Amino acid sequence: MGPLAALVRTDVVLYFSNKRALAITLAAPILIAAFFGAALGGPSTKVTRIPVAVVDRDASPVSRAIVAAMKSDASFELREMAEPEATRLVREGKVRAAVILPQGLGEEAPKAIFNPTAKKPQIGVLYDPSQSITLALVRGLLAQYVMKEVSRAAFDPATGARTVAALRGDIAASAGIDPGRRADLLALLDSVARVQARDASPGAAPTRGGMRAPGLAMPFETRDTQVAGSRDRQYNGYSHSFAGMGVQFVLFMGIEMGVGLLLMRRMGLWKRLRAAPVSRRLLLGSRVVSGTVIAAALFSAIYAAAIVFFGVRVDGSAIGFAAILLAFAVLTSTFGLLIAALGKTPEATRGLAVLATLLLVMLGGAWIPTFIFPEWLQTVTLVVPTRWAIDGLEAMTWRGQGLQAAWVPVAEMLAISALFAAISVRIFAWEE
Amino acid sequence: MLSASGLWKSYGAIPAVAGVSLEVRAGEIVGLLGPNGAGKSTTVSMLCGLAAPDRGEVTIAGDPIGGDAGAAKRRIGLVTQEIALYENLGAARNLELFGTLYGVSGPALAERVAAALALVGLADRAHSKPSTFSGGMKRRLNIACALVHDPDVVLLDEPTAGVDPQSRNAIFENLETLRSRGKALLYTTHYMEEAERLCDRIVILDHGRTIASGTQAELRRALPGSVERLEVEGAVDAELLALLAARGLTVRDRSGASLEDVFLHLTGRQLRD
Repeated sequence: MGPLAALVRTDVVLYFSNKRALAITLAAPILIAAFFGAALGGPSTKVTRIPVAVVDRDASPVSRAIVAAMKSDASFELREMAEPEATRLVREGKVRAAVILPQGLGEEAPKAIFNPTAKKPQIGVLYDPSQSITLALVRGLLAQYVMKEVSRAAFDPATGARTVAALRGDIAASAGIDPGRRADLLALLDSVARVQARDASPGAAPTRGGMRAPGLAMPFETRDTQVAGSRDRQYNGYSHSFAGMGVQFVLFMGIEMGVGLLLMRRMGLWKRLRAAPVSRRLLLGSRVVSGTVIAAALFSAIYAAAIVFFGVRVDGSAIGFAAILLAFAVLTSTFGLLIAALGKTPEATRGLAVLATLLLVMLGGAWIPTFIFPEWLQTVTLVVPTRWAIDGLEAMTWRGQGLQAAWVPVAEMLAISALFAAISVRIFAWEE
Repeated sequence: MLSASGLWKSYGAIPAVAGVSLEVRAGEIVGLLGPNGAGKSTTVSMLCGLAAPDRGEVTIAGDPIGGDAGAAKRRIGLVTQEIALYENLGAARNLELFGTLYGVSGPALAERVAAALALVGLADRAHSKPSTFSGGMKRRLNIACALVHDPDVVLLDEPTAGVDPQSRNAIFENLETLRSRGKALLYTTHYMEEAERLCDRIVILDHGRTIASGTQAELRRALPGSVERLEVEGAVDAELLALLAARGLTVRDRSGASLEDVFLHLTGRQLRD
C-alpha cells in the first residue's frame, strides 16, 4: 500500500469507526427529510383540502347555490359560520380565508351581468397574510362558481323575469344610449325573456336549487395529470426532501473534515505528516479523496433509506444519479479543504462554516423549492452549486430525466470543486 | 550525520534564527537548549524539512534535505513536542501508517512495527488505541512513530513533557540504546538535568543565535571564575572535607542523591502503564 492509499484508508477507517457519531450523522438527515417530505405531501396523491370559512349574509337561492357548489369542490374544506367566528378563525390561522357573501347578492349580481354600469355587489375575502397564496386560489374558484350560479339566476324564469323587466325599464329610460345600441340591447333582453318562458313551461326539468335555467357554464374543463418521471408514477415529496437534507448534512460532514484538519494541525499530527517524505499535493489530495469516499458513502446510505423506507425511486438515469452523487461528494471534500485553508482555529472556523453551509443549502433550495423564490433570486442561485446538486438529483429521481440531464450539474459542481481546490492550495498555510 | 550551516529564517522583519550552525554525529546525542523564543523550534523545523531556510543548508550524510518529498527526509525521524498520534487508531496501525509514509512496506514494515513497539515497551498493547493509554505510554508511542522507519537521525522536541519519572527514565534508556546503535540524536529540552544526563554535546541558542556549544565540561570551563563540580561515589567524611579546606577549596553545595534518585529508589523503575 502506498502513502496515498494509507492516508485515505486511515481517514475512512477513523470516520466510520465512530459508530455513535455515524449513527447521528445518518439519522439526522433521514429524520428531517422524512418530516419535510411528509409536509410536502409525501408519496400520497391525495390533494390537501384548504380550510375556508363562508359567511352567507344574503341567504338567497343564488348565495345558497354558490355555497353548495363550493362545498362540493375537492379543493376546499368549507365551513359555514357567522362573520365574527370566521374573522377569529382566520386570525388564529385555523382557516386560510373566509368568503363573505353580501346581502343583496342574489338580487344585484344578475343585473350586473347585463349592465356594466349597474352597482356590483362586493364579496369580501378575509385571508391569512402568511398564506397569501390561498387568496388567488379562492378568487379563482369564486369567479367560477359565482359566475355560474348568478348567470343561472339571470336566466331562471322565477328570478330572472323580474331582473329582465327592471333592465328593460332602465335601458328604455336611459338618454345616454345610442338608439341603435338601445334597440339591440332590448332585442337581447327579448331573447332572454323567451328562454325564460320556455324554461318556465310545464315540461322543462328543474335544475339545482329549484332553478330551471342551466346558466352560463365554464367553456372548458381541465384534465389534471401529474407529469412525473414515468407514466405510472406519482410525485413523491420525499424525493425533494431527501435531496435537500442529504446535500445539507453531507456538507456538514465536509465541515467536519475541514475542521478535523485544523485539529490535526493543533495536535501536531499535521506537522508529523509533513515531516514525512511525501509531497504537499499528496497530503492535500489524500484529504480530497478520503472526503469524497466518505461523502459518497454517506449520501448513498441516506438515499438507500429514502428508497427502502420512503418510496423514492431513481426513475431517470442510474448512471446520471451516481455521477451527481459523486460530483457532489467531490464538491463536499473540496469545500472542507477550503474551510481548512481559510480557517484559523477549529472553534471559530466551525461557526463560520456552518453559517456558510446553511446559506448554501438555503439558496440551493434544500429547505423550500427554488420556484417559490422571487425571480431575481432564482436567477442568482443558478451559480450556487447546491442548487445544481438538488435540481440534478430531482431530475434523476422523480423527474425521470436521462443521462444527458446529469452532465450540466456534474460539470458545474466539478468546476466549483476545482475552484475550491485551487484556492485552497494557493492560500493553505504550510508552515506552522 | 546531520549538518546545518548558517541557517537563517525570518518571519516578517524579525529573524527567528540568525546563522545557526550545528552538527550531530552518528552515535551522539546533542542537546539543543535555550529559553523560550530562542529559535529552537524554528531550527528543528528547518532541520527536518518542515520549513525552508531563507539562507543556509541542512544535509544528512552530505545529502541536502531537498523538497517535501526529498529522499533525505527518509533518514530523519521527528518526535514532536505534541503527542502526534491518531488517538482512535490502534498503536500498531499508527506505526504502520507512519512507516508507509516513509516508504516501508510488506514484511519489513511488520518487523519494524514490532521492533519499535518492543523498544518502547508497548509490544503487549499493539492493538490498543492510544486514547486508552496513559500520558507516558502515549509519549513512548510518539517516539516509536519516529523510529519505525529506522532513521539515521532522530530529532526530539521536548519528548518527556508531562511524563512520570518511570516513563522518563524508560525514554532515556531508549535514547541511550539508539545512541549505542549509532543513531544521531538532537535533543531539545528545557530541563538541564535531562541534558546533563543524556547529551554528549550541548548547543545553546538565544535570540536565534548560537551563543555556546561544546561538551558539558567545555561549557563549564567557559564560566567566569573556576567552579568545578565533583561527583563522588561513596561517603564524604569530615577528613576529606578538612583536606579540601586545607587546600583552600570551598564546598558550596553538598547534596546526596537527587530527588529523582530517591523517587525511583522508592517506587521502582518498573513502568506504570
